[in-house]
Amino acid sequence: MKKILTVIKILVISQVLTLSVFAGSDGTIELSNKNNEQSTEVKDCFEPVNRAIFTFNQGLDKVFFKPVAKGYRYLPKPIRSGTGNVLNNLSNLVTIPNNILQGQFKEAGVNTLRFSINSTLGIVGIFDVASYYGLKKLDKEDYGQTFGSWGVKEGCYFVLPVLGPTTVRDTLGSMVNLVGGDPWYNVTISADTKYFNNSDYYYSRLATGIDFRAKNLEAFDNLEKNSLDLYASVRSLYLQDRKRKILNSNETTETMNDDDWEEIDSQ
Amino acid sequence: MFKIKKFLIIFLISFFTTPLASKEPTLLITEIVNEASMILSSADPVESKIIKLNNIAEINVDIEGIGMYTLGKFRNNLNESQSIKYKKLFKSYFLKSFSSRLVDYSDPKISVVSEKKINDKYTIVNTVLEETSKNPEIKIDWRIYTKNPERPLIRDLIVEGLSLARTQKEEFKSILQNNNEDIDYLFKSLEEFIIK
Repeated sequence: MKKILTVIKILVISQVLTLSVFAGSDGTIELSNKNNEQSTEVKDCFEPVNRAIFTFNQGLDKVFFKPVAKGYRYLPKPIRSGTGNVLNNLSNLVTIPNNILQGQFKEAGVNTLRFSINSTLGIVGIFDVASYYGLKKLDKEDYGQTFGSWGVKEGCYFVLPVLGPTTVRDTLGSMVNLVGGDPWYNVTISADTKYFNNSDYYYSRLATGIDFRAKNLEAFDNLEKNSLDLYASVRSLYLQDRKRKILNSNETTETMNDDDWEEIDSQ
Repeated sequence: MFKIKKFLIIFLISFFTTPLASKEPTLLITEIVNEASMILSSADPVESKIIKLNNIAEINVDIEGIGMYTLGKFRNNLNESQSIKYKKLFKSYFLKSFSSRLVDYSDPKISVVSEKKINDKYTIVNTVLEETSKNPEIKIDWRIYTKNPERPLIRDLIVEGLSLARTQKEEFKSILQNNNEDIDYLFKSLEEFIIK
C-alpha cells in the first residue's frame, strides 16, 4: 500500500511539474502529419469531467504554484540559473536512454558528455561548463516521446487532478520512469542508498515545476487574459507541443497543417 | 514639343518596364519589430500605444485571412450577413487581443535570425525574443504570406513551435462544437471579449 501511495505521489508531482502549466474540448482535435498526409484525431475523453478537473487545477495553480513561482522570481538570477542548470542536468538521466531508444546515438553521446562534465567540473550541474566547451544543450526526451516516435498513437486526451493534461501514451511514458526508467528515481527512491533520500527526488520534481512556472508567468497570464476558451487553448498547445517534440523538429512547416490556408488562398 | 514627347515616351516605357519593388519578408519583420519596439519603449500613455500598435497590425497582418482560417470548416456555413458580422467582430477581437498581448512588454528586443522560403506563397522568418532577467529566450517564427510580393502579410506567429493561429482555430472550434455549432454563440463570446 505504501508503495502504491509512493507511486501515485511521484506520478502526481512529476506530472504537475511538467504539465500543470498546460492544464487545460471538444470532441476531437485534428493533427495532420504532413509527411504522410494522414490525419490523426486525438479524442478528448470525458470532456465535461476534464473541464471540471481543469478548473480545479487552475484553482490549485492560483493558490499554490503561481505564488510560489512569483516568490522564486525574487531570488537572485545566479541562484535561479544555477537551480535551472542542476535540474536540467538531472533530466539528462531520462533523456540519454530515450536518445538511445530513438536511435539518436550522437545526441546520446553529447548528453552523456554534458552530464559527466557538468556533474563534475560544473559542481553537480550548477554551472553549465559543457556549453563552454562547445557541447550545446539539446532538447529533452522522455518515454512518451519515445513511444510516439515508435508510432504509438496518443490515445485519449484527458486531464488528471493536479497532474494536468496528458494522453494515454504520455501517462504510460511517465510510468516507465517509476519502473526503472529514471536513474534519479532509482537512486533516490527505489534503491536504499545512504547518499540520497526520497525527499531529494520530490524536491527536485517540485523545483522543476516551480522553475518552469516562474519562467512562464507572463506567458500564462497572457494566455488566460486573451483566451475565449482557456481549456481548449491549453489542450491545443499541449498537443502541438508534444507533436513537435516527438518529431524532434524545429521546422515550423512540419508541425503545421496547411490545408485550411490552401483553401483560403484558392477562394 | 518633340523634346517633351520624347521625355514622356521614355518616362512611360521606363515606368511600365520597371518592376515594382518587392518587399523582403525579413525587412518587413525588421521594420515592424523596430516600430513596435519604439512604441512600447516610449513614454506614451497605454491608450496611445494601443492605437499605434493596432495601426501596425492593420497594415501588416492579414486579419481577414486569419479570421477565415480560424473559423475552419465552419466558414462554409456562414451566410453573407453572418460573414460580414464575423469579419467585423474578428477584426476587433484580433486587434484587442494583439495589442493586449504586446502592451505588457516595455522594451522587447527581437532579432531576426534567418528566413526560409517554403514556396511562392509563404516564407518563414525566424526571430528570437532576447532573454531578460524575468524570461528565457523565446523563438518566434513569423509566417509571411508572400503571394503579392509587393505587400507581404503576416498570417501566423509560431512561438517556440506553437502556432497561435492554430491554437485560436481550435479554441473557436471548441466553442462552436460545445454550443450546437451555433455561430451566434461564437459572436456572443467575441462581443463579450471585445467589451471586456
